[in-house]
Amino acid sequence: MSRSLSLPVGAPGARILGFGDYRPRRIVTNEEISRRVDTADEWIRTRVGIAERRFASDDESVVDMSVAAAGKAMATSGILAEDIDTVIVATCTPPAPIPGLAPEVAHRLGIPAPGAFDVNAACAGFCYALANAADAIRSGSAHNVLVIGSEKLTSWTDQDDRGTCIIFGDGAGAAVVAPADTPGIGPVVWGSDGDKSRAISVADRSSFMEMDGRAVYRWATTKLADSAHRACELAGVEIADIDVFVPHQANLRIVDSMVRTLKLGDHVAVARDIIISGNTSSASIPLALTAMIERGEVKTGDIALLLGFGAGLTYAGQVIVCP
Amino acid sequence: MATTEEIQSGLAEILEEVAGVLPADATPEKSFTEDLDVDSLSMVEIATAVEDKFGVAIPDDELANIRTVGDAISFIEKNQS
Repeated sequence: MSRSLSLPVGAPGARILGFGDYRPRRIVTNEEISRRVDTADEWIRTRVGIAERRFASDDESVVDMSVAAAGKAMATSGILAEDIDTVIVATCTPPAPIPGLAPEVAHRLGIPAPGAFDVNAACAGFCYALANAADAIRSGSAHNVLVIGSEKLTSWTDQDDRGTCIIFGDGAGAAVVAPADTPGIGPVVWGSDGDKSRAISVADRSSFMEMDGRAVYRWATTKLADSAHRACELAGVEIADIDVFVPHQANLRIVDSMVRTLKLGDHVAVARDIIISGNTSSASIPLALTAMIERGEVKTGDIALLLGFGAGLTYAGQVIVCP
Repeated sequence: MATTEEIQSGLAEILEEVAGVLPADATPEKSFTEDLDVDSLSMVEIATAVEDKFGVAIPDDELANIRTVGDAISFIEKNQS
């Protein structure tokens, strides 16, 4: 007879207490890029919907940006470093494979000995990390969790390749996740299509990002609506209940296509942060949400649908109640 | 099975909806990118709409070979079930 082990008692649910972001200082406009490669402001705006993006400098590493965004999220949430026991950093652009970044981020924030690990699910990373946080709280493995999406994509982008250099930017966003009697983070719908693993990839350490934009666009605009519907269904809300839609900011045309496919009404606040941030992979969703909250477009208690998707190919989505 | 005329008019409707191409301009000899100013992502949207409307599958490698309106019409004719 096998021995039964005891388990902790978790919380009934988890919710987000607050968001924070960090946008690198340097703004790079389409005009600046068109001085380097053969492209034009109008072309970039109509093809991908980007007007400008941020490039991180040497003193704005993935860790630096994580610390800044997380510090802001903690302040917004009214949570102290010693209250946090788990730190998850979603990133696909660490400067080196070892060590993971989460322990250093936690140390610099003064968080004592938390569980700390990185998640690489590329542009879906924040939604994967948020699901991990909510599940850890519900199972009793964690209490207050810091979830960060931080990327320095420009390190892996060929600034002479006009197909990719116009798209990617840098930045970080973070959220503090806490136990809740009333769940404020719905069940995650996640998955992957590994047959398309080469659709967005960096071949090796000395290479830059390559992307089959057409294949990714087609996948994103045709395969992901089902996951969005399923995330709503599992959370017990209708599409008509959605107040805020925050898809990963890959291309404004993908955002607009998803809004049409999901038949979201005009009252829905839709994240279009890509216009000023470019594609920042795992940082895009918390960056967009932080800005929308600060501008007053998103109010406490609003129902938001998050949908991350990207290299892997991976995807993950969930419904949240906004802090 | 749609006739050639039905395919041509159905495709013209899709082109107008997705890329704002006037139906009168959607003649078989026209190149999508060069004559009709349809970019690569709009081609993906057109392909998806064609798949839904005519019940054909257009894989990405086949899509790359479809250059003119006429190419699209003959692809649909050959592959519709």
